[in-house]
Amino acid sequence: MRRSATSVFLRRNALGLLGLTILVIVALAAIFAPWVAPYGPAKIDLMARLAPPAWIDGGSLKHLLGTDNLGRDILSRVIYGAQISLSVGAGAVVIGALIGSFIGLLSGYFGGIVDAALSFLVNVQLAFPFTLLAIFLLSTFGGGFTSVVVVVALATWVNYARVVRGQVMSVKNQEYVEAAKSVGVPTDRILRRYILPNAFSSIIVVASFSMAQAILTEAALSFLGVGIGSATPSWGTMLNDGRSYLQNAWWMTAMPGVATALTVLAGNLCGDWLQDRIDPRLRK
Amino acid sequence: MSAPPIIKAMGLTVEFRGRRSLFKPESVVQAVSNVDLTIEQGETLAVVGESGCGKSTLGRALLRSTPIAHGRVEFKGRDITRLSGRALRDARSQFQMIFQDPYASLNPKMSIYETLAEPLLVHGATDRASIRPQVLDMLSAAGLDPSFAERYPHEFSGGQRQRVAIARAAILRPDFIVCDEPLSALDVSLQLQILKLFTALKQQFSLTYLFISHDLARVFGFADRIAVMYLGKIVEIGTAADLYRAPAHPYTRALIAAAPSPNPHRDIPPAAATLRGDIPSPANPPKGCRFHTRCPQVMDVCKTREPTMSDLGNGQRAACHLLTQPPMAG
Repeated sequence: MRRSATSVFLRRNALGLLGLTILVIVALAAIFAPWVAPYGPAKIDLMARLAPPAWIDGGSLKHLLGTDNLGRDILSRVIYGAQISLSVGAGAVVIGALIGSFIGLLSGYFGGIVDAALSFLVNVQLAFPFTLLAIFLLSTFGGGFTSVVVVVALATWVNYARVVRGQVMSVKNQEYVEAAKSVGVPTDRILRRYILPNAFSSIIVVASFSMAQAILTEAALSFLGVGIGSATPSWGTMLNDGRSYLQNAWWMTAMPGVATALTVLAGNLCGDWLQDRIDPRLRK
Repeated sequence: MSAPPIIKAMGLTVEFRGRRSLFKPESVVQAVSNVDLTIEQGETLAVVGESGCGKSTLGRALLRSTPIAHGRVEFKGRDITRLSGRALRDARSQFQMIFQDPYASLNPKMSIYETLAEPLLVHGATDRASIRPQVLDMLSAAGLDPSFAERYPHEFSGGQRQRVAIARAAILRPDFIVCDEPLSALDVSLQLQILKLFTALKQQFSLTYLFISHDLARVFGFADRIAVMYLGKIVEIGTAADLYRAPAHPYTRALIAAAPSPNPHRDIPPAAATLRGDIPSPANPPKGCRFHTRCPQVMDVCKTREPTMSDLGNGQRAACHLLTQPPMAG
């Protein structure tokens, strides 16, 4: 009986658990990079330039995923790159969630002119070609870690605003909110204690999707050369470095590309999984 | 008449406006239409009527939970019609509401303790140490074990949740509580227990109730006075005993006849008193007497002129042309 319950749980949650496992591995690798990575991220070995991955003719176990044009170990750079991707992703999720949820909360609760004004803001943001805006902001204000995080957060806050707005509009008509009003609970307390906690689960779902989106956006910005700067390896920077060697050293591009794709996929799997588990209408 | 009545409503009207669109003029629905009502200290007034007759809206309007279009409401002699913001929130400690659905009226993310402490905190209880005993006392008064305090609403049955909702309404020691169909979501066996709780709390805290119900039979033994509503208007009001013994309005008679009788062989309802058809749309109420489309004793005058309230003695009043101009014989 026990075993079958466990196997049913595994089968139902397989994809979500897979996503979670990948994210945990990437996060652990990022945190323990100095111990996990075989070389430093900037360690140059000019004798071993453009070495292919270990499983290809000419590759060696010294560099499992091969080396780049300066002889730097790609596996190590991918591992260190995860630090940038995940910290930008996490920072952007926190900032985006705070801004977006706040705007969605006000918009959904007060409705009317407040909603019209804030929804207009959301629509403007959605209509704006984001990459252009990001390049403009980063080239004007410089591309440090903080500005990249803020710019990536700009790309995701809209998701929170829209989802939270919808959730709040349904929660605010619940009888317990009317009960709170008739007890005399002030509006700010109603928002904090009644509306927000009951809209929180949807914020978590959006956050896990947005994490993936943020990682992708950071990679795109680094690829375009407006990221955190090439001294720190980032998956996007590595993709850009590999571009000119695509013909004879595809692994320079493929390895960070696979790392990005896997992490984004894992984030989306987790998001899907949480959404299904949190929404009671979808729960079996 | 020394103390002012708990609630005095004069010409109370509540309107809901439909959205105006390009092809449709704005529609106005009078959910409560020109209602006069007085509730004395310590009494239980039941408001009875079919769904959609405006009884819940009337209760909400008296507590200023829904906007009032015309008329005024006095609470213990003080005009509360125009109160707003802080003053209204402060006044709310004295009148409370209990809702129909105990599954919807408790915040699922707050423990029972937090739910019951909330009114105290909001109304200025600064001494946190004094809150706990008050909450636990109120739980016992509502017939719940004080050990339930740390649990969450989903752990309770409907009857227990309704007890929590009642405790929340009573914890500030209000003077007046509007009970909006507090029994209709509960099993019959629970209904009696909750009614007993209402009676006990009323004595303990000297409460005044406005008790909204669609079930006339249920309130006869419980209410002191009963107001019967039809399409936003009170058509008859009087003591429970008078209304039971001598209902004056055809609608009241129809409601009494429709109630299941404990002794069906003895009092068979007269066929003339049974109701036909549905309640008309409040957006477009019938002209004259609003009840004339369904009245078994309808006369010509009912279709054109709206009846006024006639005093039948002992506080019983009804709005029906039969009382002022009886039908001619033949």
